[in-house]
Amino acid sequence: MKAGLIAGGALAAVALGAAALSLAWTPFDPTAMSVAARLQPPGAVHWLGTDHLGRDILSMLMAGARTSLGVAVLAVAIGAGAGVPLGLAAAAMRGRWLDDAIMRGNDLIFAFPSLVIAILITAALGPSAANAMVAIGIFNIPVFARVTRAAALPLWTLDYVRAAQVAGKRAPRISAEHILPNIAGTLIVQATIQFSLGILAEAGLSYVGLGAQPPTPSWGRMLAEAQTMVTLAPHVAIVPGIVIVLTVLGLNLLGDGLRDALDPRLKARAA
Amino acid sequence: MTLAVSLLVASAVIFAVVDLVPGDPASFMLGTGARPDTLAALRAEMGLNLPWPVRYARWLGGVLTGDLGTSLAYRTPVAGMIVERLQVSLPLALAALALAAAVAFPAGLYAASRGGRAGDAAVMAGTQVGVAIPNFWFAMLLVLVFAVKLRWLPAGGFPGWDQPLAAIRSLALPAVALALPQAAILARVLRSALIETLGQDYVRSARAKGLTRAQALRRHALRNAMIPVLTILGMQFSFLLAGAIIIENVFYLPGLGRLIFQAITQRDLVVVQSSVLVMVAAVILVTFVVDLAYALVDPRLRGAR
Repeated sequence: MKAGLIAGGALAAVALGAAALSLAWTPFDPTAMSVAARLQPPGAVHWLGTDHLGRDILSMLMAGARTSLGVAVLAVAIGAGAGVPLGLAAAAMRGRWLDDAIMRGNDLIFAFPSLVIAILITAALGPSAANAMVAIGIFNIPVFARVTRAAALPLWTLDYVRAAQVAGKRAPRISAEHILPNIAGTLIVQATIQFSLGILAEAGLSYVGLGAQPPTPSWGRMLAEAQTMVTLAPHVAIVPGIVIVLTVLGLNLLGDGLRDALDPRLKARAA
Repeated sequence: MTLAVSLLVASAVIFAVVDLVPGDPASFMLGTGARPDTLAALRAEMGLNLPWPVRYARWLGGVLTGDLGTSLAYRTPVAGMIVERLQVSLPLALAALALAAAVAFPAGLYAASRGGRAGDAAVMAGTQVGVAIPNFWFAMLLVLVFAVKLRWLPAGGFPGWDQPLAAIRSLALPAVALALPQAAILARVLRSALIETLGQDYVRSARAKGLTRAQALRRHALRNAMIPVLTILGMQFSFLLAGAIIIENVFYLPGLGRLIFQAITQRDLVVVQSSVLVMVAAVILVTFVVDLAYALVDPRLRGAR
């Protein structure tokens, strides 16, 4: 499983590196069109070929990585930013009405078809990468709340937490000083998983035209534009798809590897 | 009781979100060149000038009596539209789920029986890739191979159930595209649940009686591993019913997802509200049924619930 961690880390690093590099350099201008150079297969000049407008696919993928990864990262931040405090509060107030209210609210959000609501939210706020991020982020909140609560609950019975209570520390301070550091590993693993799911969700929203808008490149939009070209020049659809698969695969392997490294007990029953 | 409360809260949330959607349905229907007085008349006729509590109460009252409202764009009852679209979405979701289970059960059982060895690693690697593939991209590849190159199946559209064979053929590729990631998830859950039960005493006793690992898995562990599998199956069914939106778009299928998607772009808000509510109700109901199924699978839970 060490191999998975290394391979996953490497794939994720390449994707993040490409996104970072695109801020300073891409082989071509990702938005520059050239009728003469359209639908070229991968070759010496355009390594991954060009699309139907003659844009360099490698450059678009690099710039698109910024959008796709950026949306997913910020969606995780929204989810963790709201979900972790809610989960901590629920665990601290275990069994009381606040816990109950938070968990019921969670169940309710889970009952909503996330994609439909994401589409509704982007329709309400207007289609853009930022609003796609909000829509995906909202559905990350109950995930983080649930995981945080489940991980934090057993800690409240431990001696050092009891000792802190006896010493007069209040629940919010105990949550921040004693609970949070001990569940950080679990949260990091969950964040990697939500990150990869966010990339898929962003691709889906952009694919139906509710994510990043032209001319901002995004992986999902590249696939949407490729759909009509797929019979003429399959590479236009195949290349961005493979990039998405490799990135998501890398993040999932990274998450699994981190979980095994942080908690070897979970290894046997890894799902 | 909780079921009713959940649905009530859900209806309020849906109404609030839909109410936030900008764009006036009346002006959308009449176009930009509409005369102000025509527009005002239509708005009044559609009840758009009423305050939101009245509109909410009217909608909710209708829903409770089985009237889901009338589509603003098509002037037909929403309930009829939903029923019509479900004739595509429901078979599609069920077919995808059956396909996913048909792949996931043998794969999960095999992986668990080979626990830690090469066969297990191969299945796990396969599921990792399966989870990472965006289903709409997979759908495009399926169209490229099976519709464009091999010409075995149609690339899109739906002929209706009066041509049963053609209808099944047109749902084949979408079902496969939807099933792939679900099969991967299901196989992983099944495998880990099975491996967990393998450590239990009753499985050890079965092994001691002389059963092979694979036999012990099939006869004793499988039933005990069904709880997490049922949970996931329930979630997947709900997901497939609603989450098929993108796949329905790829294949131009007139399903429930596409109805909602088109209604959102046309600002046909009554359709959006009611169909989303129907979906949420379906999800809540499925969760409820799954809870009941737990007791069926595991007699120990009968007293507990």
